[in-house]
This record gives sequence, C-alpha cells and structure tokens, in this order.
Amino acid sequence: MTIKKLSPEELLSLDKFNVDEGHPHILVDKAICATCTARVCLVVCPARCYRLKDDQVNFDYAGCLECGTCRVICTEKGVTSWSYPRATFGVTFRCS
Amino acid sequence: MAEDKFDAIVVGAGPAGSACAYVLAKQGKSVLLLERGNTAGSKNVSGGRLYTYALELLEPDMYKRAPLQRKIVREQIMLLNERGATTIDYFNPAFGEMVPQSYSVVRAELDDWFAGEAESHGATVASGVLVDDLIEEKGKIVGIRSGTDEMRADTVVAADGVNSQLGQKAGLFSDVKANAVGLGVKETIELPDTLISARFGVKDDEGAARVAIGCTDGISGGAFLYTNKGSISIGIVFNLVQAAKQQRDVQEIFQDFKTHPAIQPLIEGGTSVEYGAHLVPELGYHGIPQRLHREGFMVVGDAAQFGINTGLIIRGMDLAIVSGLAAARAILKSTNPSETGELYIKQLEELLVIANERAYQNFHNIFELSRIFSGYPKLANDAMKFMFTVDGKVPKPMVKGLMEAVKKHASFGQLASDGWKAYRSL
Repeated sequence: MTIKKLSPEELLSLDKFNVDEGHPHILVDKAICATCTARVCLVVCPARCYRLKDDQVNFDYAGCLECGTCRVICTEKGVTSWSYPRATFGVTFRCS
Repeated sequence: MAEDKFDAIVVGAGPAGSACAYVLAKQGKSVLLLERGNTAGSKNVSGGRLYTYALELLEPDMYKRAPLQRKIVREQIMLLNERGATTIDYFNPAFGEMVPQSYSVVRAELDDWFAGEAESHGATVASGVLVDDLIEEKGKIVGIRSGTDEMRADTVVAADGVNSQLGQKAGLFSDVKANAVGLGVKETIELPDTLISARFGVKDDEGAARVAIGCTDGISGGAFLYTNKGSISIGIVFNLVQAAKQQRDVQEIFQDFKTHPAIQPLIEGGTSVEYGAHLVPELGYHGIPQRLHREGFMVVGDAAQFGINTGLIIRGMDLAIVSGLAAARAILKSTNPSETGELYIKQLEELLVIANERAYQNFHNIFELSRIFSGYPKLANDAMKFMFTVDGKVPKPMVKGLMEAVKKHASFGQLASDGWKAYRSL
C-alpha cells in the first residue's frame, strides 16, 4: 500500500473501538451550540466528532479518541459533561 | 476487595503510575494499580521518545528489560516550505553508547511491560477499571470509588493523565486551560526495518528523531517523526488556541504534512495502522498547578502537567517516571500522613524535576513568535534556493541575494524584535 492522504473516516477506521451504545461519555447541549458562533469544535476535534448538519452542530461520540480537546476548547460551555467511557469501552490503541 | 486497605492506590498505569507502583511494591508496600484501559497503554498516545535516565533512576539497567524501540542517535530539524525542506541532521553515535540517551517507544508495549514490572514485585494490577470518584473523610482522601466498589488506602496517587479529573475532584486545581495544552495527532505507519534504517541512515537498533516546522498553516506547533522497530510514528502538535482560530481541520493539515514531497518518500510503501490524538502539557514550569497534594492524595506525571518542550527537546514520560518515583519515596519516608505531601515536593526538588522545569521556564514564550512557524522556515528555504541555484545567468552578489530572501519574510525590525524576544526567553 502506498501512503496517501486519509480522510477522517479512513483514519478512524484504523482504530479499534468498542462503542458504549446508549451511554455517551460526553454530553453536548445543542441549545448552547445553536447560539455559538465560534464553533471551534468543528476544526479542532481530531476525530471530527463534531460536524455541521443543517447548520447545527451535531455530536457523535462513537469515534472519540478521548483526548479532551472539546472540553478544553469550548468557550460556551456547550460540553456540559465530559468523562472517559465506562471501563472496557471506547478506543483501544495497539501501537501508538 | 472492598474490605482491603492498601498502603497506596495508584490511579493510571502510564509511566508515572507504574513507576510509583513499582517502587512501592518493591519496598514491600501493598499497592493497587488501577488502569481504565483493557491493558496498560491501550488508552495512551505519545510522540514516542523516552529519555533513558528516568528508568535508570528507578533501577540501574532496568531499561535493558524494557520493550524499547530504537536508540536515538540522529536528531533532525526540518524547516519546510510548500514543497521544499531544509534539514539539519545531527548524528552522534555517543548518544547510543553506554546507557543510550533515549529510545523511541510504543506506549501499548511500554506501558503494559511497566505495569507488569510493578505486578512482578507484588502490586495488584487491575485494568479495565475506571475510577469515578475519591472518598473523602474528615478532610482527607481515604480511597476511590469505581462504580459501586469502594477501595481504601493510606494514600491515593493520581496518575490519571493530562485531563486529571481526580486532581480536580480533590480540589487541587481547576480544569486545564486551552492555552496550557497542545493537541497532538499521530499516525503509526508500519514499514520494514531495512527500509527505515536505510532511509534514516541508521543501523538496525538505532533510530532518528525528527522535528519539523513550517507545516502547520502558521499555527504555533510542529511535527514529529520517530523511527520505531518496524514502524514510524508521525504527527503534529498544535497550539490549541491558535488551531481553533483557523479554518482548516487539524487532521487535514496533518495529512498535508504526511504527504509533503519531503516527507512522503520517508514513509512510502508503508501501511497506516493506527491514528491517535492526545493533549500535551505545554507551559512547562508555569503550567504546574500550585497545589500537587493534600492529605492522602498526590498528583504525578501529566496530571501534574509536568512537561518540557523546547521545540527540539520534548519531554513528558521521563518527568512522569521521576515524579512517580518522587511520590513513592515520599510515601516510603513518611512517618505521618500529614507530611507525605511536603515530602513529595521535596523529592521533586531533590530529583531535579522542578529544577529542570525551571531551567526551561520561559521557553514557551518563543512559540508566540509567529514567524517561527511560517516565515522563517520559508526564509531558510529561499536562502538555500538562492545559494544552490545555477541557471547560467549572472548570479546576484551573495549578500544581496541573501538579503532579498530575508526581506521577503521579515523586516529588520521584526528580526531584531524576534531575536531579542528569543534571547530573553532562552
């Protein structure tokens, strides 16, 4: 295989995830995001968990790399709750 | 387990936690080492270099047992413009002799081994355990909660990483600020060892560490590249505040770097096998919280924001190990729980963690000079282009040509001002 640019989806497909269905470890208040103009989460989340859909910020915790960036960078307190996934869930790094 | 009381509970089996648990267990203390990942290291990402002295402090020759990758004998600095690159390559075989100065590492292997070392001396290692909260009684931390389980100890050592929620729950500090951390993204690319050695000009047990600037869209930050056994770690650390102010996604900027004409040939033919991201303490000495302990509780490693980044030297794991050792020594020396915290700070001083942080305390000011991340790398490449171009025309006088390259990217006022700021920071 040759080296090429990978999309966020391709990058995340390299990783092993065990998604805790129905138990998001990060909670985002959409009402706050609706009034936010900065929306920096869209460019800095390294997993692109935050995406624009119909001009609304959509959050999906499924590909979260558990880095903490969104919690730290959100100035509007739209990330209302942040914790690590429950034990055995989330990302598993094998060679980082 | 709920009825047991340990001498120490260490939360987080990264280098800081495992170092602490290892030393305590070796001295006969009862230690519970908790890790939220399924195995130690499975939640961890780092660029990938460990300075060996830290393991030596723990126990001479311990590094010989560790699953280290390549000993770093080449230090490379790369200045990129759009398509070109100027590289400084410092080779020093002495860095690989005696006790080699540093090794590239893969955390999934290193951390798992390290936790196993603690276990082999009698520490109880429990992975797949997420600590939710601390137990506080009469103003002291006396244990932890995980789900419905409660576990108690004389001391809880929080080695829970840069996002340390336990440090916040203990009331030692508030959440980490955006200006205090960098965002690191990284890809691991598998490549045959023979190719790695040939491309980086090293023997099979030797390796190179490379930093690169000029590849971050002008954002304060830099790329890194470490040679491992059978793989290369490649990534970028961004200043988070600046990354948030621009329009492009961080992983897009990273993918551009990966496929830069000067970078791609190094990894060509390889296979991308993993992508990770992590926050990195960036402020060095000034990022360390005022309070690192209270009765029954201490924070170590990234949780205490120990880190040094000079742009060339990036240290975290070594400081983590030494701070874990400091916490362990404090527990071992302490005769009264109320004095353990102060002993920890004393040990941090004695083991030179604080002195090292202080020595580099103003370095991060350099990263506020925006031209370092775009203008100056371009300047270097334009100067090189002038000096190496032969097209049959009469060349400009050397000084004139170089001055033109300089002026394109910075005025003399800016140069003087940046030079002065850099001098003051160093």
